[in-house]
This record gives sequence, C-alpha cells and structure tokens, in this order.
Amino acid sequence: MIRGDSDAVAGGKVDDKSVELFLGRLLRWGVLLAALVVFVGGVWFVVESYDVPQNYRAFRGEPAELRAVPQIVHQAIAFQPLGLIQFGLLLLIATPVARVLFSVLGFAMERDWMYVVITLLVLGLLVYTLTSRSGI
Amino acid sequence: MNTLEFTLVVALGSFLAGMLGSLTGLGGGVVIVPLLTLVFGVDIRYAIGASLVSVIATSSGAAAAYLREGYSNMRVGMFLEIATTVGAVSGAFLAGYLHTSIIAIVFGLVLLYSAYTTTQTLADPLPGMAPDRIATILRLDGTYPTSEGLKSYHVRNVPTGFGLMYVAGVLSGLLGIGSGAVKVLAMDQAMKIPFKVSTTTSNFMIGVTAAASAGIYLRRGYIDPGLAMPVMLGVLAGALVGAKILPGAKVRTLRMVFGVVIAALAIEMIFQGVRGKL
Repeated sequence: MIRGDSDAVAGGKVDDKSVELFLGRLLRWGVLLAALVVFVGGVWFVVESYDVPQNYRAFRGEPAELRAVPQIVHQAIAFQPLGLIQFGLLLLIATPVARVLFSVLGFAMERDWMYVVITLLVLGLLVYTLTSRSGI
Repeated sequence: MNTLEFTLVVALGSFLAGMLGSLTGLGGGVVIVPLLTLVFGVDIRYAIGASLVSVIATSSGAAAAYLREGYSNMRVGMFLEIATTVGAVSGAFLAGYLHTSIIAIVFGLVLLYSAYTTTQTLADPLPGMAPDRIATILRLDGTYPTSEGLKSYHVRNVPTGFGLMYVAGVLSGLLGIGSGAVKVLAMDQAMKIPFKVSTTTSNFMIGVTAAASAGIYLRRGYIDPGLAMPVMLGVLAGALVGAKILPGAKVRTLRMVFGVVIAALAIEMIFQGVRGKL
C-alpha cells in the first residue's frame, strides 16, 4: 500500500519533471531566438543611423506600425530594422505566454480540470492584452 | 550622444544591472528605470517599457535552470497568476493616467522597500503546521527536494497571499519591474512557503505578469525598439554571466552594496519626482 503510493507519487513527479524540463528548454530557445532577432535588427538599426543624435527626453510614443502585432509582423517581413527589433521583442513576450499554454496541456494530461480552468483564465487575459484593439 | 554611443553605453549599463540583479537575486529590473531616467535622461514611460521587456528576458532565460532543480510549485504559481495578471493590467491602465512625477515617487518608495529587503535574511517556516482549508481545496500543498529527501509543506493564508499578489501585479504593471520583493513577501511571509520554492515560483510568475502589461505598453507606444534593444540584450547577457559566476561570488557583500545603490537611486527618484523633473 505504502509502497504503491510512493511509486505513484514518484511516477507523477517524473512526469511533472519531464514536462518542466521540456518547458525550460523551450523557454531558453525562445529567449535566444528573440535575442538573435533583436540583435540582427539592432546592428542594422545602428549601422543605418549611427550618427543620428538620440533623444528620449521627450515622450512622443511609437508610430502605429510599431504598436500592433499585425503591423509589426508586416514591418519585420519588409526587413525594416526597427520592425525587426520589435518583432524580436514580440517573440520574447510570447515566451511566458507559451509557458502558460503548455501548462494548460500539462494540467489536462494530469486530468486536473480545476487547474486547466485557472490556467485558461490566465492565458485568456494574456492573449486579450496582446490582441485587444483598444489598448485598454 | 549619437545612436552608436547611446546604444553602447545603455547596453553596458544594462549588462551591469543584469549581472548584479542575478547575483543578488533582486532582478535587474529594479535599477533599469532609475538608470535610464536619472543617468540617461530618458522619459520614464520609455524607461518602463524597456524595463518590462528586460524583466521577461531574465525570467524566461533563467527558467531552464530553475525548473531543473524541481523547487517551483506550478499550482501555487498559476493560481496566484490570476491575481498578478489582473493586477498588471490595472497597473498598466493606471500608468496611462497618473502623472509621471507620481509614478517616479511610487517607484522610489518601492525601491526603498527592495533595498530594505537586502538587509533581511529569510528563514524557512517551522515544520509541522496543520493544513489550511482553502489551500487543500486548491491543492496548493507540495513537496520540495532537500538533502534529506523530499520534504512536504502546507500553504497558509491564501486570501492574504492572493491580495498581496494583486498589489505585486499592480506595481509591476505601473513601474515595469518584476516586483520580486513583494512576491517573495507574499509567499514567504504570508503563505509560509519555503524560501527556495517561493523564489523559483516567483521567477516564473514575474515573466507572465510582465507579459500581461507588456502587451498594453506596446499598444500604447511605450516600447521603443531603439531603446529596448540595448536594454534587453544587455540585461540578458548580464544575467547569464551573473548566473555563471554566482557559485564563487560573495553574495552577502554584493547584496549589501547593491542595497545601498538601490537606496541612493530611490531617494534620487523621490527627490526628482517631488521636484517634477521626471
């Protein structure tokens, strides 16, 4: 009885652990990919405008094409350096979202429906803030 | 400064911030905003946008190392994420309406609190506590590896912890920081979760919380690619180097030094905020 219990616990632990290890690697590769895209866009941006004086003292806000997901993707495909950086930053913002998404699957595999719902709530809020048109 | 000089100097400053943040466990985010606003004269809204991005980078970048150790409690993290993400959205909303001077003053006060936490040593709660009803319903109790094998713990005071996490979320969304200090306060002090479990779980939560407000900041045009680029790359590289040299570092001394730096920045932020210069 006791032995069976501890085996079950150990078995569950291994499953949890392998899911978490996979997630950890996924996140690290996501961050490295994002950093690479930001770096390429950044080098390009600096080469193109290295002698332009920088001034972030006054807040102007970004232009529309660097503010919303579809426009940023469009700019990145057009190989605009600032669009490329912004696309890399989007990839970075997507890494925790991916982790939450995979947690939904993980909880579903454990048939823990209460946590599937909790995790879906968090995921829904994240997706909403990234895609909402109003910007809240 | 031209673009080349500005990018290099900001990247170097962010590298140092990321390295100190990872060595001391306080995160690089707390010093990025004061560094950019006080030293480089950046508008606080751009500074917060860039800082948020760097917070996500360090959280996701460190996740692999943390997950390997098996300390983090996914249920505690996910349940509390409801509070921190809703808080982060409220904070990002508030940031659009509050005067930048008020944001600077709140930032300074949070920094002072972070500096104070560097002087505290956290002790693990005493074992043998009875289970808590809400924690049992939510299946929050867990185990973590120690030198004597797996040790189980009970999670306490769930409503208080949940409320504090909402506050942590608001601060994160308003100030562009990870609010690690408040998250650890909620989990260690209120919910009596063992130190190693709370710090690793908090690392996971920081990235998700920051992502919730980053979407809103992006939409508002607060995330400038030219500024966020050197900050993100610098902090990330600094955090990776910091994690590599951590085993041989004098963490106690570093925490003290970093605490003094943070306190000085905090006072300057409050001062400049009161003068209406930020």
